[in-house]
Parts: sequence; C-alpha cells; structure tokens
Amino acid sequence: MKLREIRDILNATVLWGEDRLDTEVRSACGSDFMSDVLAYVKDQGLLLTGLVNPQVIRTADMMDMKCVVFVRGKCPDQAIVDLAAERGIVVMTSPQRMYTACGLLYASGIRGE
Amino acid sequence: MEPIRLNFPVEGGDLIGAGEASSKMKLALKKLDLPPEVIRRCSICMYEGEINMVIHADGGRAEVEIHMDHITIRMVDSGPGIPNVEQAMEPGFSTAGDVARDLGFGAGMGLPNMRRYSDEMTIDTAVGVGTTVTMRINL
Repeated sequence: MKLREIRDILNATVLWGEDRLDTEVRSACGSDFMSDVLAYVKDQGLLLTGLVNPQVIRTADMMDMKCVVFVRGKCPDQAIVDLAAERGIVVMTSPQRMYTACGLLYASGIRGE
Repeated sequence: MEPIRLNFPVEGGDLIGAGEASSKMKLALKKLDLPPEVIRRCSICMYEGEINMVIHADGGRAEVEIHMDHITIRMVDSGPGIPNVEQAMEPGFSTAGDVARDLGFGAGMGLPNMRRYSDEMTIDTAVGVGTTVTMRINL
C-alpha cells in the first residue's frame, strides 16, 4: 500500500515527505515502547506511536522504516521533524487513537509482519 | 587483512540526544556496501547498547571492527557495573528510571535485544569499575 493511501485511511496530515507518498509499505508496527519495536526485525515500513521524542525517529531509522505516524493528534516539534527529514523518513500525525489507527490499517490489508 | 576500525564516543547525560553514535555507525556501514540485514542488526545492537550506556553509565565509547567475515561491536563504559548479569539478561528486568521509560526504553529489553541480534555476546563487568559488552555479528 502506498503511504498516500495510509494518509487517507488515517485522515492524517503529512508533516514531512509530501513528495514521498508513493512509497510502498506492506506491514506496520504500533507501540510506545521503542525496545519492543526493536525486538521484532521484519520489514515493517511503518511505525505508529503515541510517543513523541527524537528516539522514535532514531528507532525507525535503525529499523529502516519509511514512515512514522504519531497518533491521537500528537504533533512532534520541528527538531523531531528535521531529524526525520535528514533520514528520509516521512512523518504524519493522525487524530485517530492507536487502537483505531491499527485496526483501520489492518482491515485495509496492512499486517504486522 | 587488517580490519577496519571505527570509534564512536557516546555522550553521557543526554538521553534525548542518545543514538547519534549509532546513526553515524549505520552511515559508515552503508558506505561499505554491507548487506542491509547485517547493517540493521548492527545498528540495533549498538543503539540499545548506546541507550543503556547513557541511562546507566553516563556515556562511554563504542569500538567497531569490520572484519572479512564478521563485525565486532564493543561498548565500553566506566559506569557502576552490573551486580547480577544473569538477572540483567532477563527480559523485563530493569533498574532504569522514569526518564528512560518516558522515552520508550527502560523496559528490560535492551540486553535481551542485543543478544537476540548478535551471533555472540559477552559481558565483562565489575561493580564500581565499568562494563564492556562485546557483540559479534557474522557476515
């Protein structure tokens, strides 16, 4: 699925990477515990989280993820967005809660691994 | 053939900024054109090690050696040491404080993750002296 479709499904706003929305992702991970994210190396291209700090971007970077979606309308500060931009990671914010956001994507075919 | 040696200082005290050394190592490995899976495993091992080092030991250094058939990552600190290594290796065991937890770490997964992604891991530690975690990742 393209990031563009994920944006639409989650009613998300793109904070960085508008020109990269044709990137494909097949699976996702939703967590506020970065060590949990790091514990499962697969090819998850997308991280959904309610945690807002630079370590979220660094974790996504270590995992070669393509996009981070902050749920519950959380908005990272510019330093976090800049860090993601340096690493080529698309950043979005969605008003959906974590459970709903994951459910919507799962129902649309995005799996956990 | 001589291995390629890289050294990365890890700043202490700044958990928000932690991970910079691992990012730099990842970029260096990418330039060497190593397999993406190997780079990812090395990155995770060092990142968890770096976070641990900032949480528990006020920083230290990472020594990375790239050999023909493997990569060695050595995380060296002069922190308080680990009194009970067996306990520290148990998934879920943690002595980290709220600051680490607020950042999404400190859930007792660091060392288990480092072991999971390395082919070999050894911990040399002495209370009051410091800790060295050595990880080998085969190519």
